[in-house]
Amino acid sequence: MSEPSVDIPPAPRSGGPSGRWNDREVEQLVGRLLQIGVLIATIVVLIGGAALLATHGGDVASFRIFRGATSELRSVTAAVRGAMAHDPRGIVQLGLVLLIATPVARVALTLVAFVLQKDRLYVLLTAIVLALLLVGLFS
Amino acid sequence: MAILVACGSFGAGLLGALTGLGGGIVVVPMLTLLFHVDLRYAIGASLVSVIATSSGAAAAYVREGYTNVRIGIFLEVATTIGALAGAALASVVPTSALAVLFGIVLLYTASRSLQGREEHLAAAPHPWAVKMRLNGSYPTASGMKSYVVQGVPQGFATMFAAGILSALLGIGSGVVKVLAMDRAMKLPFKVSTTTSNFMIGVTAAASAGVYLHRGYIEPEIAFPVMLGVLAGALLGARLLAVARTDWLRKLFTAVVAIMAIQMLYKGFTGGL
Repeated sequence: MSEPSVDIPPAPRSGGPSGRWNDREVEQLVGRLLQIGVLIATIVVLIGGAALLATHGGDVASFRIFRGATSELRSVTAAVRGAMAHDPRGIVQLGLVLLIATPVARVALTLVAFVLQKDRLYVLLTAIVLALLLVGLFS
Repeated sequence: MAILVACGSFGAGLLGALTGLGGGIVVVPMLTLLFHVDLRYAIGASLVSVIATSSGAAAAYVREGYTNVRIGIFLEVATTIGALAGAALASVVPTSALAVLFGIVLLYTASRSLQGREEHLAAAPHPWAVKMRLNGSYPTASGMKSYVVQGVPQGFATMFAAGILSALLGIGSGVVKVLAMDRAMKLPFKVSTTTSNFMIGVTAAASAGVYLHRGYIEPEIAFPVMLGVLAGALLGARLLAVARTDWLRKLFTAVVAIMAIQMLYKGFTGGL
């Protein structure tokens, strides 16, 4: 292609001169964050799901017909409110919202890392992704 | 019904992890064809399960150093724009058209799983790959190995399409993502598979956020699906080292093909 060079150095795996927040450390942090996010969300969903089955496990709910437009749990705040009121459906929904928030938190963490690395191009790209995710989640 | 849905989802997650095709692709057909769940609830539940499994797997891959975080972020710009566009399209595309599209994607997945994957590594990088520092290295048995990235614009464009498909059908669309990175960008398998997985959660979260507001995410149907798929995928990842996967792959391919025909049939007869 336009660049005939064959001697390509590997991607820099160290960030700023201070050695803090290099790529390797960010990878470890991102991995840990994803793990914790999925774990917490799963526990909340499990608690809500168990409560749902306990309260009306016998009911055969049908989801043939879409009634979602009338659901009261259609926002982040509604899910939090439902869970605070100890409504089993609200607790499950809060768990699902926490799950959806996990990749969003991951993007936010990478944004912080790129800011600290003073990597302007990737600060911009990550900020775009984060903004798009927040638009989807809150608008 | 919740227990049955959880068992079916567990099977989907298990087979998806063992074959590497992902369980998300069969969750929507299973819910709609077998349990007669409305397509919109099925898509919402499937997206949530896709976020759970991909984030769980990504946690391990990222820490092992296979994932190229820069490529992931760059391509996520395309997949998230695609996902938001797909979520907007979903409210105007008729269900029958979605069923047909789903059938086509399932058929394509089945045919891809029968073909072998060829690794074509590039000798020289695309100029953008140098400017954006996309070239990287990954661990192999003989130490760190560096690679260069080709086809950056083609990869980006394909990822936009993958984002639309992910939102419209409630799938991770890993098949399309891996295709873009294997064929266009010429990444090593380990890097394309893990980076695709890294992006799937973010792509699915973009449309899941929109669908939350539309009421597609119904807790009573989403919870058994999410827990079932996640448990199946976790067990599948454990068994991967010991299980013989070639006959499982044939079995899963057959399941995917049958679902493809059913989705196409329902789409053309308007039965969904």
